[in-house]
Order: sequence, then C-alpha cells, then structure tokens
Amino acid sequence: MDVELLSRLQFAGTIMFHYLFPPLSIGLGLQLFLCELAFNWTKNPVWESAARFWTRVFAVNFALGVATGIVMEFEFGTNWAAYSRFVGDVFGSALAAEGIFAFFLESGFLAVLVFGWDRVGPRFHLFSTAMVFLGSVFSAVWIVVANSWQQTPAGYEIVWNEIQGKQVPRAEVTDFWAMVFNPSSVDRLTHTLMGAFVLGAFFVASVSAYYLLKNRHRDFAKKCLAISLPSALLFSFLSAITGHDSAQKLVETQPAKLAAMEAHFHSSDEPTGLTLFGWPDAQQEEIYFDVKVPRLLSFMVYNDLETPVPALDQIPADERPPVWIPFQMFHLMVGLGTAMLALAALAVFLRYKGSLESWRWVLWGLVFSPVAAMVANQAGWITAEVGRQPWIVYPSVQGGVEMMGLRTSDGLSESVVASQVVSSIIMFGIIYSLLFAIWIFVLNAKIKHGPDSVEEMQRLKAEHRDESMRESIGHSGRSFGGSMMEDAGE
Amino acid sequence: MSYELLTLIWFLLIGVLLIGYTILDGFDLGVGILHPFVAKSDIERRLVINSIGPLWDGNEVWLVTFGGALFAAFPNAYATVFSSFYEAFHLLLACLIGRAVSLEFRSKVHSPKWKTYWDVSFFLSSLLASVLLGVAGGNVLAGMKLGPDFHYNGSLLDQLTWYPLLVGLLTTSLFALHGAIYLYMKTEGDLQRRVEANILKLFFVFAAMYVIVTVATILHVPHATDNLKDYPWLWIVPIANALAVLNIPRAMHLGRPGYAFFSSAMVILALALLFAVAIFPNFVISNIDPAFTVTLENARSSPATLKNMLIIAVVGIPCVLSYTVVIYWIFRGKVKLDSASY
Repeated sequence: MDVELLSRLQFAGTIMFHYLFPPLSIGLGLQLFLCELAFNWTKNPVWESAARFWTRVFAVNFALGVATGIVMEFEFGTNWAAYSRFVGDVFGSALAAEGIFAFFLESGFLAVLVFGWDRVGPRFHLFSTAMVFLGSVFSAVWIVVANSWQQTPAGYEIVWNEIQGKQVPRAEVTDFWAMVFNPSSVDRLTHTLMGAFVLGAFFVASVSAYYLLKNRHRDFAKKCLAISLPSALLFSFLSAITGHDSAQKLVETQPAKLAAMEAHFHSSDEPTGLTLFGWPDAQQEEIYFDVKVPRLLSFMVYNDLETPVPALDQIPADERPPVWIPFQMFHLMVGLGTAMLALAALAVFLRYKGSLESWRWVLWGLVFSPVAAMVANQAGWITAEVGRQPWIVYPSVQGGVEMMGLRTSDGLSESVVASQVVSSIIMFGIIYSLLFAIWIFVLNAKIKHGPDSVEEMQRLKAEHRDESMRESIGHSGRSFGGSMMEDAGE
Repeated sequence: MSYELLTLIWFLLIGVLLIGYTILDGFDLGVGILHPFVAKSDIERRLVINSIGPLWDGNEVWLVTFGGALFAAFPNAYATVFSSFYEAFHLLLACLIGRAVSLEFRSKVHSPKWKTYWDVSFFLSSLLASVLLGVAGGNVLAGMKLGPDFHYNGSLLDQLTWYPLLVGLLTTSLFALHGAIYLYMKTEGDLQRRVEANILKLFFVFAAMYVIVTVATILHVPHATDNLKDYPWLWIVPIANALAVLNIPRAMHLGRPGYAFFSSAMVILALALLFAVAIFPNFVISNIDPAFTVTLENARSSPATLKNMLIIAVVGIPCVLSYTVVIYWIFRGKVKLDSASY
C-alpha cells in the first residue's frame, strides 16, 4: 500500500479514537457543572454525591482524551511534514493558542476538580469545575477554527520563499481575525459543541435511566434526569439548527462536499430533490434504491423551491471527493439526530406527566442513546473530512484572487516510508484496542458501583477530617484508618 | 519590532516552554522511575503516586504547548524534527499514553495483580520516556543526516549511537535525582528515609554521567563549543551549571530539601541553556552538508505570525503562571491520602 493511503488510515484511526473522548468530556463537563451548581444552590447532599460520581467518570474520560490528543498534535509533524511546512504559519498559531488558552486552564483546574474535594471550599470547587468546562470549550474553539480554516481558508496569502535556492510556497497569515472567523468556523463550532452537549446529556440520562430500571440509586437518578433530559432536548434541537446552517454554507464554500453528501451527480435546470435513503455508485454516477423528496434540497439550501443545487458534474473529475462515505455518514448523522430529538422530546413529556418510569422502553432507549450520540458525532466528522478530499487545504478566493490549495497527497512527510507508517499503525492499533477495552471495563465498574450514598459520603469525609487532624498533631505517615491497613496487607 | 528580534524572542520562548516541561515533567518522570525502589506497601505506592497526582497532567501540557508553539513559530523545524524522529517519537507518545493511563487506572480496581501490572507499566513508560527525550536531545546536538529540502536520510539505528544514548542516560539520571528530591519533600517517615538513602547514590550516578557527557561532547561534537569561544561571557552558563550541581548535596546536607529541589531545577535550566548555546543559530545541523541545516532563519514563520503569537503569549503566559502557582499552592505540603486520591 502507498504511504498516502496508510498515512490517511493512520490519521483517521487515531483521530476517530481520540474523538470518542473530547465530546464526552465537554458534554459531561457541562452536566457536572450543573449538578454542582445545584448543590451550591440547594445544599442538598444528593447533588454533592452526584457531582462526585460524575467527577470520577469525567476524570477517566479526560485522561484518555489528553493521552490520545498528544498523539494528534505530533502526527502533523511525523506524518504530514510537507503539510506542516505549508500551513505552519496559520494552523500552528491556532494550535499554539489552544495550548496557551485551553490546555493549561483545563489541566490546572482539573487537579482541583478531581483531587480538591477535601482541600477547597464548595464555591472554589464549583469555580474550578467551571474553569475545566470553559477550558474544554476553548480547546474546541481553537481546534475547530484550525480545521475550518483548512475547509474555508481566509485571512492569508500564498508567499513564495527562497529556501536552499528553491522557491517554496506557503500560506502566511495576513489577517489573524479573518483567519479565526473564516466563513465556516462559527457554524461548525456551534454544531460541534452542540453535538458534544447532546452526548453529555444523553450519557447522564443513560446511567440514570439504567438505575431507575434496576431500581437503584433512585434519588440520584431522578435528580440527574431533571437536568439531563431538558438538556438533551434543548441541545438536540440546537444541533439540528446549527447543522442546517452549516450545510447551507456549503453550497458557496464547498459545493463538491454538499453534492457528495447528497450523492447529487447530475446537474439540471429543475429544482433539486432531497434523497432520504439510497446506495450511491460513484463509478456509474448513479444512485440505487433511492427515496427522494422533490424540491426539498433546493428549499433547504436556498430557502426557495426553485433554484437548482450544483451537482458533482460541475466539479473537475480529479477534484471530486468520494461519494459513498460522505453520503451514508451524513444520512446516518441526520437520522440519528432526528431519532434522538424525538426520544428526548418524548422523555421530557413523560417526565413532565410523571409517568416516565412506567414507559420502560423509553428508559431502555435512553440507556442506549449515548451510543447513538457517539456514532452521530463520529459520522459528522467523517462527512466533513472525507467530503473535503482530495484537498487537505481547500483552494479559495481571497480578494478576487484565486489561491492554490494543497492536495492531501502533497501534504505527506517526504522522508517517511510505508513500513514506518505500518509499524505505527500496528503499535497504535494494539495500544488503542487495549485502552478501549480497559475504558469500557472501568466505566462499567464505575457505573455498577454507582454514586456513594449520602451517608457513606459523609462518613468518608468525616474519617478523612479526623485523619488530617490527627496527622497535623504530629503523627507520621503510618496513621491510617483500619480499612487502609488491610489494603496494605495485600 | 524587527524580524530578527522577533525570531530571537521566539527561540527563547520555545526554550522557556521546553525548560518548563523538563523541570516540571522531569520530577514526575523521576517519581515514575523511582517508585518501585522506594515504595514497599500499597499505601506507600499510593502516597508516591498521589504526590504527583494533581500535577503530572498540567506538567505534560508544557510539552503539548511547546509542540504547538514550535509548529507555529518554526514550522520547518517542527516538520523536520518530528518526521526524522518518526519511530522514536511514536515510542515516546506510547510512553506518555502509558503513564497517563497507568496513573488513572491503577486504583480503579481492587486487585493486587491489576495494581502490579499498572505499577510496572508506569515504571517502564517513565523510564523509556526519559531515555528517549535525552536521545532526541543528543541527536539534535550532534547533528543529523539531513539531505536537500530538509529530508532525513537516516534511520532509527542512526539515532541510537553511543553519544545520544549517553545523553539519554544523563537525562534519566537527572530526572531520577530531581524526582527523588521532590519525593523527599512530599513524604515522611520510613518512606522518606528510603528516598533519602537513594538521593546521594543518584547524585553520584548523575555527577559521573555529567562528567562523561561533557568530555564526550567536547570530543565528539566540536561545534558545540563554538559559541562559547566567540562569546566568552557565555561561560557563565557552564559555571552556573557546575555550581548548581554541587549545590544539591550541600543543600541536602544542610537539611533544606526545597533548596536542593531548586538546585536540581537550576541544573536542568542550565543544561537546557547550554544546549541552546550549543545549537544556536541552528535547530538541526546537517551532517551531510551545512547547506542543508535547519536554521532559525529558514525555519521561522512570517513576521506577522510571530507578532500575533507574541501577543497571545503576552496575554496567556501570566494567566498560565498565576493558576499554576495557585494549583501548586493548594496541593502544597506532605502528600496525604483522602477520599479523592488515586
């Protein structure tokens, strides 16, 4: 296999695995913050035990997000050196801004969030939770800005520099804010964040619904549902809106991607219909088994029933993206999104009526909903990334001048050979499979164990208070409670 | 501000990030290397691990930000270095993942086997990460097989020669020493006595490596001392370095571990400055032809980007420093296990 395909596989694999964690961290961070806010407001200890429980789940997820994220940052250099030389001036600054503005904030206050329960007051703890959440949102901001710039570049020019006697092109920033607020960054950022909030809300609802079904931790479950279900409804709805905005922009900025997402092969003067299902074949330029709603795509893109949407045949053959993957992934995302919106609406309605618990299939639906949310998040990214091929940086028009883009095949590391990429794929394949298994195992153990009951939590807190008092009077390292001494004997 | 000055400022800022990383992650890597030797029971292991529990993640962020800043300020250096060290870097990444998950998962299941497994993984990944960081530094210092257009013509085996491996041992011994002093400050009782017994041994190992690597560098990497010859005032760096090294046993003898920790941090700082003095004004020297060398000048970004990034740094760094100080303050004092510990 060639280095390009291998490097793309490697990048796709490592980023998809990484992308299991950040959306959940962002979404869970918000739910966690709301639980703690409720605790600070009501002083009801059930909220504290809920916040402590979600913190533990959050910490495991966050650690994996950080660990797999470091890989992403350095892969630009290891596997995509030519790309890095071309965009470093632009893309690098967004990445550096993420480090300075997001990562330090997150990781610093994460320490207080996870380890600070017995060291700082509830208000400072709440503040730290807010900072961790804010940091994770900042992180999304800079990463989506960097990614959006590749899709719809702005605020730059191509400069030819002489390096070792040769003229070498690269993108250089001319207007930092135009680069940050490029034509797609706001729409894509809001849609990405909504996707993460949906996942977090359904995750909390899932665990809570499971406890109700098993008749355990009922206080905790009801309280968490009171927050997570309305969030799930609100954010599912906002996902649909922001997704629609994103898609509408595509017709101007990336018409090839839009046509691929809809498997829209042939132009015509007629209004364009929306394909609900189908099996596109890019070779034959045909779509089989399709179900189409007439005029709907024209309406969704242009808000009128007449204007035809450009098709793939208007794009030069060597600049067309693959069709099957973006088409199916886009439809999967939209389908799951609609189903989640319906489920959330139904669950909120039933809860309002007070009969949620007698609708056991709705509860079971909630239990499995995070899988749907996760798949929808992944499918959305796959649509966005496969749909921009063969470009790693899209060609664009800046001030009336057409700017060169960078093809994915031109972005590779010049000195890296196929066997090196294969070995790294194997290494990450093994490590990531293990991690995935352990992650599921630990998550399962946490959920099985459940939140500490209020009495248990208060007993533990009192114990540690006593201990630190005893130690501060002068006992040295060995003065631990009975249960810990047993641990030591293992 | 002139382009030359901006370039120099960014060379220094990149250095600050790398030094911040080696000083901070240096002690938690060191704790990882030492923990099988000093902690005897599960409680002691938990104490050792929780001494870095709230801090290691923030320490690693310095590396991530270093990577981002190098990418933005000197894209050619970033692209060349990471694609040249392809296997070594992927191994380092595997180690960093290994450390993160070992710490996170170790206490999640109450089974001695499970814990032993993660202890071993924590030890090995900390050890290998320290060696690899030093090997990378050694290669950059000695120069690499860079051909035209910054394409690397060597392989992993070219990177594992005696000199880079020596530098790898130097960093490993330094991190272990730095971590031991940190652990001494954070522990008490028997555990602390066991840590103390190791500090002097580690100091002698490090001092021996320090002398060996110094001699090896003078013999094997003659260009490393060019800047010292041209600018004699730079001799202040190796002198300060030697004084900081000697101050470690002195401070421990005086019973001032905080001062000793400060000294080992200064040793790292001085070694990093020596490294910078040795390579300036290049990033990676080509052993094939000096014309292929990655220099500050051919690696840097445009003046506009360097300026934008300077604004980001000026706004961001005070924030970073202020909450770093707050976090270290909150978790000051001897490590104790509580309901939130690993």
